[in-house]
Amino acid sequence: MSSATVEFSPWTDPDTTPLISFEGVTKRFGNFTAIDNINLNIYPREFFALLGPSGCGKTTLMRMLGGFEEATEGTITIDGQDMAGIPANKRAVNMMFQSYALFPHLTVADNIAFGLHRSPMPKSEIQGRVDEMLRLVQLQKFAKRKPHQISGGQRQRVALARALAKAPKLLLLDEPLGALDKKLRQETQFELMDIQETTGTTFVIVTHDQEEAMTVASRIAVMDNGLLKQVDTPDRIYETPNSVYVADFIGDVNIITGTATTVDGDATQLTWAEGVAPIKGMTGARVTQGEPASFVIRPEKVSINKSEPEASNKVQGQVLDIAYLGNMSTYHVELPNRQIIKSQTANNRRIARRDITWEDTVWLSWTETAGIVLRD
Amino acid sequence: MRRLLIAIPYIWLLLLFLVPFGIVLKISLSDYALSIPPFTPQLDLSTGWQGFAEFWSQLDMENYWFLTDDDLYWKAYLSSLQIAALSTFFTLLVGFPIAYGMANAPEHWRPTLMLLIILPFWTSFLIRVYAWIGILSNEGFLNQFLLAIGLISAPIKILNTDIAVYIGITYTYLPFMVLPIYATLEKLDGSLLEAAEDLGCTRLQAFWAVTVPLSKPGVIAGCFLVFIPALGEFVIPSLLGGSDTLMIGKVLWEEFFSNRDWPVASAVAIILLLILVIPIILFQRNEQKQREAGN
Repeated sequence: MSSATVEFSPWTDPDTTPLISFEGVTKRFGNFTAIDNINLNIYPREFFALLGPSGCGKTTLMRMLGGFEEATEGTITIDGQDMAGIPANKRAVNMMFQSYALFPHLTVADNIAFGLHRSPMPKSEIQGRVDEMLRLVQLQKFAKRKPHQISGGQRQRVALARALAKAPKLLLLDEPLGALDKKLRQETQFELMDIQETTGTTFVIVTHDQEEAMTVASRIAVMDNGLLKQVDTPDRIYETPNSVYVADFIGDVNIITGTATTVDGDATQLTWAEGVAPIKGMTGARVTQGEPASFVIRPEKVSINKSEPEASNKVQGQVLDIAYLGNMSTYHVELPNRQIIKSQTANNRRIARRDITWEDTVWLSWTETAGIVLRD
Repeated sequence: MRRLLIAIPYIWLLLLFLVPFGIVLKISLSDYALSIPPFTPQLDLSTGWQGFAEFWSQLDMENYWFLTDDDLYWKAYLSSLQIAALSTFFTLLVGFPIAYGMANAPEHWRPTLMLLIILPFWTSFLIRVYAWIGILSNEGFLNQFLLAIGLISAPIKILNTDIAVYIGITYTYLPFMVLPIYATLEKLDGSLLEAAEDLGCTRLQAFWAVTVPLSKPGVIAGCFLVFIPALGEFVIPSLLGGSDTLMIGKVLWEEFFSNRDWPVASAVAIILLLILVIPIILFQRNEQKQREAGN
């Protein structure tokens, strides 16, 4: 999780002027509404992630910033300027394309210089800027190569250098790491964060990979069907999702449906099955007493024991399945009402010493603040 | 089995290309004779080694020296090169916008547009060239139309001039220009143009900086596919061109059928082939380079 969130949070300060603001922005393609009345502020130096499944509108939202799509309704302002009718080539915004879109007929250096040749920068300074960019992405040795002569990871860095060369106010990254393998992707995520910090550019990244969004972003907007479901810091998105959709989309989650019987400030009790104690959890957004609601809890917050523990929430069940992931194991436990609850524990012992096995009767328990009750 | 499969195209090339080439080469080294066939010496294998040696000693380069004596020939070669090069240029000028339009047309239209490009091949080439006579002659459709709208007061002479030859070649070979250019433009990744615009290009600048250089392999392929057959073109200059339109294909035909001088005609053909080998090799190299870039 981003450590920058502690000291960097311009969105909490009402005096900060946002760099980008969407006001009532709607985008329709024929009858299809891709973006539905969105209001959103993004602040200078933010690393902002648009996260959602494919077709949720995240790419359309980004392309509107880049100048490749016009909003059907509403206004988009960047740095105080209304962007309506301003084409892509007149915006202080650069984009790193999903396919990288490197010019195959130009060398790495010429790709990076492409935008500079069409900027007011004097010819004599261009070479220096290109060298600076090559150094930034550590590709000095590859300046004379053509894109097809370098690896996928190097191409990704050329695309980044090319997009940053003109020192844009805003850099858009469309699934920038999607084509890389997992290990390289993780390394590159940290590189991206470093580069973002060094250059001080505002980054908006589109991704469907929630882990990537959690790693790099200062704030995440979770999107679905053209709507912003939640805009918040990674930790708050994970810990206090405002809807079952967000909870389910980010990470692994157990969902227990029932009725919110008592809502008392931060604490809510959910009745979910006959003859068992109600679940005690945190009160989520828009929960009202007597209404149907869902209790959501992350598997790693559910403890698993063979003997009955001392806890405010506990249920008994039978181990149905154990998924061994190396560093941790996920236990699938079936409750008497046939609901399956996942519990995740770190494997800090060797697997041979594990005392819980298939078909064992176990106790699952969690604290009153471990989970959250959300309106359906 | 595999060797047999590989052997088939080689046998085909050997029988239908190399053997005829050998025969033409041999005739070009022979002398004109009033006989059937109209050249000498003839190879008679029944006379054995002695006969072959005698046959060999009678072959010479005389016809080639003759081609350098008469300035008709080198003028015809030069004029053919000029007409072929200019026609190729005109074909490119017409063909590129067509290919560009096709590649940018909505996807569901493209097969239809492609069909329209190929459609002329369904009728005979000869008939299509004849049709141009009807259009370009003094009483032709074009002159009648221009007279009717009052743009000209007397018919202009187009048929039987070099202009008619340019029109004929450009029209006939247009598909060979359009199709390879279309193939490269269609493959062009649209995000490259967006990237160019993103980096500060106007639409037009993006076209020159990205589309044009990336369509180069198609343009080169198209130019060769037009230039190579246009250089030896015979039907179009003889039907549409004037008496002063000088093209080597026409000279070859006259040498062969009017003068019945097979040895000189063969020498003309061999020189034409040598001239063509250069662009063909360049064309092959272009294709090779494109394949390598593709991998």
